[in-house]
Amino acid sequence: MTAVLALDAVTKSFGPVEVLHGVDLALNAGEVHALIGENGAGKSTIMKILGGYLAPTGGQVLLDGRPAAFRSGPDAEAAGIVVIHQEFNLVPDLTVAGNIFLGRELTRGLRLDHAAMRAAAGELLARLDTAIRPDALIRDLSVPDRQMVEIAKALSRRARVLIMDEPSAALTHREVEALYAQVDRLRAEGVALLFCSHRLDEVARLADRVTVLRDGAVVRRALRGELTEDGMATAMVGRELSDIFPPKDTATAEELLRVEALSVPGIVHDAALTLRRGEVLGIAGLVGSGRTELAEAIAGLRPATGRISARGRETPIRTPQDAAAHGIAYLTEDRKEAGLLLDKPLAENLTLSALDRLGFRIDRANESRLMAQATRDFDIRAASPAMPAGALSGGNQQKLLLAKTMLPEPEIVLIDEPTRGIDVGTKQQIYRFVRELARAGKGVVVISSELPEVMGLSDRILVMRQGRIAGEVAGEAITEEAIVRLAMGLGAEVESA
Amino acid sequence: MKRIDLHLLGPLIALVGLFILGALLNPAFLAPANLSNVLARSAFIGLIAVGMTFVITQGGLDLSVGSMAAFLAGIAIMAMNALAPITGVNWGTVLLGMGVALVGGLLAGAVNGALVTKARIEPFIVTLGTMGIFRSLVTWLADGGTLSLDSGLRALYRPVYFGGIGWITWPIIVFAIVAVIGEWTMRHTRFGRHVEAIGSNDRVARYSAVDVERVRLLTYALLGALVGLATILYVPRLGSASGSTGVLWELEAIAAVIIGGTALKGGRGRVWGTVVGVLILSLIDNILNLTDLVSPYLNGAIQGVIIVLAVVLQREKRTADER
Repeated sequence: MTAVLALDAVTKSFGPVEVLHGVDLALNAGEVHALIGENGAGKSTIMKILGGYLAPTGGQVLLDGRPAAFRSGPDAEAAGIVVIHQEFNLVPDLTVAGNIFLGRELTRGLRLDHAAMRAAAGELLARLDTAIRPDALIRDLSVPDRQMVEIAKALSRRARVLIMDEPSAALTHREVEALYAQVDRLRAEGVALLFCSHRLDEVARLADRVTVLRDGAVVRRALRGELTEDGMATAMVGRELSDIFPPKDTATAEELLRVEALSVPGIVHDAALTLRRGEVLGIAGLVGSGRTELAEAIAGLRPATGRISARGRETPIRTPQDAAAHGIAYLTEDRKEAGLLLDKPLAENLTLSALDRLGFRIDRANESRLMAQATRDFDIRAASPAMPAGALSGGNQQKLLLAKTMLPEPEIVLIDEPTRGIDVGTKQQIYRFVRELARAGKGVVVISSELPEVMGLSDRILVMRQGRIAGEVAGEAITEEAIVRLAMGLGAEVESA
Repeated sequence: MKRIDLHLLGPLIALVGLFILGALLNPAFLAPANLSNVLARSAFIGLIAVGMTFVITQGGLDLSVGSMAAFLAGIAIMAMNALAPITGVNWGTVLLGMGVALVGGLLAGAVNGALVTKARIEPFIVTLGTMGIFRSLVTWLADGGTLSLDSGLRALYRPVYFGGIGWITWPIIVFAIVAVIGEWTMRHTRFGRHVEAIGSNDRVARYSAVDVERVRLLTYALLGALVGLATILYVPRLGSASGSTGVLWELEAIAAVIIGGTALKGGRGRVWGTVVGVLILSLIDNILNLTDLVSPYLNGAIQGVIIVLAVVLQREKRTADER
C-alpha cells in the first residue's frame, strides 16, 4: 500500500542548527497515526512540513508516492491536506458559518448565499454533536466551542489527510468523546489522520500507529497495543520515570501568608487560607471555581475585599507592585498573553520584574550573567539568548517564566497551572523546581486542574467550589475521591477547614 | 542578520542620499546658514517627536501636540506681557514666561495621560478632544487674531532662537542634547524597558509588577514638557502666537517617529531613528525650496510617499524576522 502522505529522510535546519535528522514517516489512508515526544522534540516542525508551512532542508515529502513541494499552507490544502493548529485560526467578529466558509464562501451570483452556508455549517456542527449555533459570533464562544468550530472547518474541507495539534487540550470530557467519535468516523471514511498529544491515554485509545520522537529523530515505532502508556513515556524521555514527584516534608511552623475573608465581587466569596514557610499548598477545583481569581486577588491583580497578612504583617495589597513589595509573586496560567513578551529577547523577559536590581542604567553585563545563570539553574534550552521568547518551545517558555518569577526573590509564590501544555519530562523538572523552592524556605501555592499533579506536589490541598473554599485535605487524607467529592459539592467525609 | 541591519540603516541611508542630492543640486545647500536653518527648524518638530517616540512605543498616541504648542505659546506670551510692567523688561520675566510654557506643557500632557490611564479612554479619542480644546483656547485668547510679545521683551528674547555657538544655534544644541538623553533613556534605563514592555504587551507588563498606568502617564507628561521646551525655542522666532501656530505639527512628529522605525503599534522604540526621520522631512522641504526641479507645493506629496514607503519597509523587515 502506498502512503497518502509520507516523509522520506527529511531533515530541517534553522540557520546552523539541525532540528530534524532524517525523519521517515508514512500516513496511510484509514489509519490514525500519533506523533508523540517531549516539547522541542520536533513534532511541530514535522507538522508544519507536512502542512506545507515549512519546506524541508533535505529529503522529500511524498504525496501518493510522488515528490511534492508545497509552497504554502493553502497550497497543501488544495491537495487535501488540512491542519488544525493549536492556536486557533478564527476571526472573532465573524459568525461560525462565516469562519467555516472563510475563503470558500458559497455564492449565488454575486451575493453570498448566507442561508446555504448556515445550513451546511449547521449540518457539520450537528455531526460533531454540539449545540453551537451557526450564526453565533466566534468572540461569544468558549474555548472548547471554538475548538469544535475549528474541527468543523477542517471537516468541511473534505480532507484526505487531517493533521491535528493537541486537538483535545482545550476540550471538556463530553467534547473529547465527540471528537473521538469523529476521529473514528473519519478513519472509517478512509482519511489519513495524524495527531500530536501529551495525553498518553488518548494516544492509546485512538492511534493505530505510534511514532515516538526524541531530539529530532524517530526513536520508536509501534502498532496499536505494542506500547503501554508507561512504555510511551519512557521512550519519549529516554529514561525510566519512576519517581515523577520529588519527596515532600519540608514544611515549617512559621506562617508566611494569612488570607482572611477575601472576596472578589461575583467570583470569590469569603476565602481564607494560610501558608507556612517550606510548604506547598495545593488549590484544586473545577475550571471556573475561582482558583485563578483568588490567586490574582492575593497578587494585587484583581480588586478584592478582605485581609491579607504577609510575613506576619497585615498589609493592603491593591496593585501587583504592592504584592511584589511584600514578597508575593504570581506565575500566570496564560504564559503567552500574560507571562512573557514573546517578541522580546530572553534576557529582557527574565529581568522585567527585577530591573531595579540592575541599577538606574541597566547593567547589561550583569543582565547577561543573570540570564546565563537562569539558563543553568532552570535548564532553559535555547539556541541563543538573543532569540525572542516566542521562539522557545512551550516547556522552555514555562521554565523561563519560572526563572523570571523567581528573579525578584519572592518568598510567597503562587503558581497557576505549572505544567499546562508541557511534556512529561519537563513536567518532572518543574515538579522538582517547585519542591526545591519549598525546601529553600519559600511558601508555594500550586493551582492545577490535573489532580495527580496537585496531589503529588502538595502537603495540603484546598478544594474550591463555586467561588468558596469547600474544604481541605492533608497528608494521608489526600485521595482523588476526597478531592472530587469536595469539588462536586457532595459533602465530604473530611472536616472542612 | 545582514538583511535586518540593512533595514535598520534604511532611514540613515536615505538621509545621506538626500544630503548628497541636495549638495549636487545646489551649492547653496551646503552653506552654514542654510544647514543651520534646516536644523533649527527641525528642532521644534524634533523635540516633540522625541517625546512622541516614548508615547507611541508604549502603545499610545498624542494628536494634541500642535495645538498644545500654540496654546502654550499663547499663555507664555500673555504671562510675559502681563509681568513686564511689574518685574520689568529683563531676563527674569523671560525665564518666568519659559517656566509657564514648561510647567503648562507638563500639566497639559499629564491631563492627556490621566484621561488615558485613569478614565481609560482611547488615546486617539482623548487627544483628538484636547487637540480641539487647546486650538480653540488659543484662538479665543487671541480673540481670533494674534498674540504678540512686548517689543522690548522680544528684542531680549530673540537670541534664544537666532543666537548660539557660531552657526550652531540654541535650538540645535537643545535638540541634540534632548535626543541623546532620549536615546539613552529608551535604551539603557528601567523606564525605557518598561515603555517597550508595555507597548509589546501591557498585560504581561502588569503581571510583571510594572506600574503600567504610571509609566503611561509619565510618557504623556514627558511629551507635554518637551512640547513646552519646543515652544520656548519657537516663541522668539516670530514673537507671536495665533490660532494657526503649530498646525499639523502632530502629524509631522508622528511621521518622523514612524519613518525612524518605531512601530506604530508599540513595543519597539528608536529615538535615533526619530531624529533621522525629522531630518529627512526637513531636508526634503529644504531641497525643494532650493531647486526648481519639483514645485515646493508638492512637498506634502513627497513626504506622504516617504511615510508609506517607510512603513512598507518595516513590514518587510517583520516578515523577514518571522522566517
